[in-house]
Amino acid sequence: MPNGIPITTKEIGTEANPARPGEEHGTITSWIQDIVFTVDHKKLGLMYLGMGWLFFIIAGTMAAIIRTQLFLPDNHLVSPQAFNSLFTMHGTSMIFFVAMPMIFGLANYMVPLQIGARDMAFPRLNAFSFWLTFFGACLMFFSYVGAPGLYGAGAAPDVAWFAIAPLTSRAFSPGTSVDYWSLGLLVTGVGSVTGGINIMVTIFCYRCKGMTLYRMPLFVWLSLVTMFLVVTFLPPLSAAQIMLVLERFFGAKFFETQAGGSAILWQHFFWIFGHPEVYILVLPAFGVISEVVPVFCRKPIFGYPMMVAASVMIGFVSAGVWAHHMFTIGMNSYSITFFAFATFVIAIPTGIKIFNWLATMFGGKIRLEIPMLFAIAFLFQFLIAGLTGIMLGCAPFDWQLNDSYFVIAHFHYVIVGGIIFAVFAASYYWYPKAFGRMLNKQLGLWHFWLFTIGFHLTFDPQHIAGILGMPRRIYTYHPGRGWEIWNQISTIGAFLQAIAALIFVINLFVSARKGAVAGDDPWDGWTLEWATSSPPPDYNFETTPEVKSRRPVWDLKHPEDPDWKFE
Amino acid sequence: MSTEYLTAETEWKLPSPRRTAVILVILTESALFTIFVVAYLFYIGKSLNPPYPHEVLEFPWLGSILLFGSSGTIVMAEKALKKGSVSGFHLWWAITAGMGFGFLIYTATEWHKLIYKDGLTLGTNLFGSTYYSLVGLHASHVVVGFILLSMILIFSLTGKLQHRHHEHVEMISWYWHFVDGVWAVVVTVVYIISANS
Repeated sequence: MPNGIPITTKEIGTEANPARPGEEHGTITSWIQDIVFTVDHKKLGLMYLGMGWLFFIIAGTMAAIIRTQLFLPDNHLVSPQAFNSLFTMHGTSMIFFVAMPMIFGLANYMVPLQIGARDMAFPRLNAFSFWLTFFGACLMFFSYVGAPGLYGAGAAPDVAWFAIAPLTSRAFSPGTSVDYWSLGLLVTGVGSVTGGINIMVTIFCYRCKGMTLYRMPLFVWLSLVTMFLVVTFLPPLSAAQIMLVLERFFGAKFFETQAGGSAILWQHFFWIFGHPEVYILVLPAFGVISEVVPVFCRKPIFGYPMMVAASVMIGFVSAGVWAHHMFTIGMNSYSITFFAFATFVIAIPTGIKIFNWLATMFGGKIRLEIPMLFAIAFLFQFLIAGLTGIMLGCAPFDWQLNDSYFVIAHFHYVIVGGIIFAVFAASYYWYPKAFGRMLNKQLGLWHFWLFTIGFHLTFDPQHIAGILGMPRRIYTYHPGRGWEIWNQISTIGAFLQAIAALIFVINLFVSARKGAVAGDDPWDGWTLEWATSSPPPDYNFETTPEVKSRRPVWDLKHPEDPDWKFE
Repeated sequence: MSTEYLTAETEWKLPSPRRTAVILVILTESALFTIFVVAYLFYIGKSLNPPYPHEVLEFPWLGSILLFGSSGTIVMAEKALKKGSVSGFHLWWAITAGMGFGFLIYTATEWHKLIYKDGLTLGTNLFGSTYYSLVGLHASHVVVGFILLSMILIFSLTGKLQHRHHEHVEMISWYWHFVDGVWAVVVTVVYIISANS
């Protein structure tokens, strides 16, 4: 190799992997053995993503039931108790068992490949983290059958996803549903923290030769900041859960007002975790967009150092904005001013990122492939999500609209319109790498347009319903308040999204067998994952690559005009 | 910039994964302790019924001497290992583990007095809840540290500990120093601030 990375040839990827003696392939037992015993970061990454999609379907079905219940005024499709546990389980699952596993799955799969490593720093710890996350989810969902039921509603947790104290105390939540909630999240939380440590250590200690911090792909940078937030801000949630468990099982008095305790302290502890959590979820999405946009515009990312600085700044500022979830609890005006100000400050680095993505697109040769379509929709929707976020950051505005459907619309714009769209972009972008075949473009177009239209039909009207005064978490509403039409449009949109998600899942399975063969580098990419075969061999790279610039694979393809000459 | 590239080629050093991981463990544990410390500070003087901290808490001289002292003896053990003196390592390491165990016994007697003489339990009042959760969380870390220290001692006495394990030993001493540092915070918050307010 004259100029850089020794690239693994295709022969290695397709080289037969001889079965060890006594090991049979293709049977269901060998498949289960493979899943249970594996410590390979690529398999674990796919398992994380598989878990995410599984719970996406479950929690999405819950959303569909919620939307059907709200389709008509005075509707009684489900009981009020069941409705409470539906929105609790929908919210908790979507955050902890859908979005978190998805970002961990993407980071697990892509980070070692993008930094030229052979696996994670601690492969067995990696498997441990996955199984803890998975069993935590199972523990919480076991509440549907394991906990004694109330009025036939099942006994799933019904205290909302942030489990307001003192509603979680024994007096108001008898039975074991809240215990399943807190213990399930405690287990999942340990899995996330160990996973976060693993990914950070991998990034710091296993970069291939020449991969300095300033040459790392932005997805790796964003994963690093994300995992820092996981390691620092998940423990407050675990601590609060421990206090809740002590309170429910051993009669401790942390949040009990009769004993002089403060219910507001729970909110502080929860949101000290809860707001950085939003950035834990959205920063990897930024990372995905920062990978997809340059490749499909045929330009290097605009303002790489500013992108890194903005990510780190978001990480730090996100620690000081939590109480903007609590403007209505009666804080003094100094606190309100501080948290409102911090909330506006965090819009600055986020704005820098949006301008940099636009500047990357500007003058580029844009290829409207499916990942790029999702990335463009992300830009548009995340901008609106950020703007409604600034509106809610104005405390007086928040006093009007807190706990209304406006808030619901705002954070679903962030989580669905931002994070889920980025995960879709990542799926179409990296699926060829993971499975060696392209996702079907025709189905992809159907998926994209149906999901985008469905998304806007669902969540745009909720802004209006919120401004008209519709509170969140209500079971039903009386006719004549002007809310009917917005709820009906919203429900129709939800079903369009469900159809689109179904098309996507079908595409995932069909293309794994029948998709066009992708080759090693279908998108003409520039980062190291495209330098190995598709799917990558167990050891990722035959010889550890060596990197001289931010776009190592570009250097390899263009020895006459390599990037490192200009760095 | 080809010159920079040439220097990069001659040397490519990355931090040790073990050290990085232990630093991150200490970071995440600090975050966990912070919440319990904040809860303790927030609830000082808010208990509605006795016993109150200034009535029942005694300054933990013995426990503090044992735990802070063990931070010194573990350094001595490491120095002995670096010099190649295995018997010196055994001695200082065993003393460290013993002092850790002594601290646990001290905590046990203190809790026995608080529970049976003063009637303070987790559910008595806010002070009981925050006190037992914070001190208990720290004590559970001492238990983990004691188990790690004992494991190293057993490995070392049976000859399984070799020179290449010096980083493992160093990481355990880092953890032990961290547990010590937390105790300094606990002493300040619980036995100095709250017992005098």
